[in-house]
Amino acid sequence: MSQSYKIKSYCHIKAHEVSLNGKVIYANDSNTFSEFIKAAYKSEKTKYPKFFKMDNLSKLAFLAADVLLKNENFDPEVEQNIALVFSNKSSSLDTDRKHQETIQDPSNYYPSPAVFVYTLPNICIGEVSIKYKLNSENSFFIFDSLNARHLKIYSDILLSNKKADEVLCGWVDFEDDSHYEAFLYLVSLEGNTDHNEHEINKLYNI
Amino acid sequence: MDALKQELKEFIIEQLNLEDVNVEDIANDDPLFGDGLGLDSIDALELIVMLDKNYGIKLTDPKQGRAIFESIDTMAAYITEHRAN
Repeated sequence: MSQSYKIKSYCHIKAHEVSLNGKVIYANDSNTFSEFIKAAYKSEKTKYPKFFKMDNLSKLAFLAADVLLKNENFDPEVEQNIALVFSNKSSSLDTDRKHQETIQDPSNYYPSPAVFVYTLPNICIGEVSIKYKLNSENSFFIFDSLNARHLKIYSDILLSNKKADEVLCGWVDFEDDSHYEAFLYLVSLEGNTDHNEHEINKLYNI
Repeated sequence: MDALKQELKEFIIEQLNLEDVNVEDIANDDPLFGDGLGLDSIDALELIVMLDKNYGIKLTDPKQGRAIFESIDTMAAYITEHRAN
C-alpha cells in the first residue's frame, strides 16, 4: 500500500498580502510590487542583503519560502533534504524583458550581468537553496495555471523514492506589478491536511 | 577627483542595490569586495560594464579588475588615467 502524505503548512502571497496557513500575517497598500515586497521582507526580519539584488520572481519565491520554512523552525545553517518543485505561467518573462531593453539598441548595447543571471525561472529555486543550504532535488515547470495533479504526483514520487524528506512545492508567478502570486506548500509525512489534488486546489483558492 | 569618487559611490549603491548603505558609509580606501562592502562576482561584472558605458574604458582582461576595483580610490585613479569620455 502506498504511503499517504500530508500538507504540513502553506504560504500565499498576492494582492499585497502575505498569508500563512490561511491567516494574513502582513499586508500593505504600496503602489508597486517593489515597495510591497521590500516592506514585507523587512517585516520578516530576515537578514539577507542578497535579497535586494534578486529579480522580482526570486524575491517573491524567496519570501514565500522563507515565511514557510521559518515557521517550521528549520535552521538555515543545517542542511535539509527538502526538495523544491516550483511552477508558473510567466517563466522569467519580467526579467527577460528587462534584459531585452539593455540589448535592443545596437548603439547602446550594455547588457547588465546582474539582470541577465535571472533570465531563467529556476534561478529562484537556487536563491532559496542557497539561503537554506538545500542540495536537494529540484524542478521548475511551466503551466497555464496551477497544475495540482502534476505537482501532487511528482512530489509523491520524490517522497516515496526517498529522494527527499519533504517537498516544498507550488506556484510562483510574476508577470507585472498587478499580476503576481506565490502559493507554496510543504508536503510531509506530518500534517493535518491530506495531500491530494482537491486539497491543493482548495488551499490555493482560499 | 572628489566628484568622481562621489559619483562612483552613488553608482555602486544605486546600481548594485546595496540596501541600508549611504555614500558616507563608504570610505575611499574601504575594500569593495570580501570583508568590505561585500560585493560579489556579478557585481564585478557590473562594474566592468559601467567602466565601458560611463567612461569608455574597455577592460580586455577581467583579471585587471582585481586591482582596479580594490577601492573607490583605485577605481577613481584608473578612470582618471584611462577615461575616454
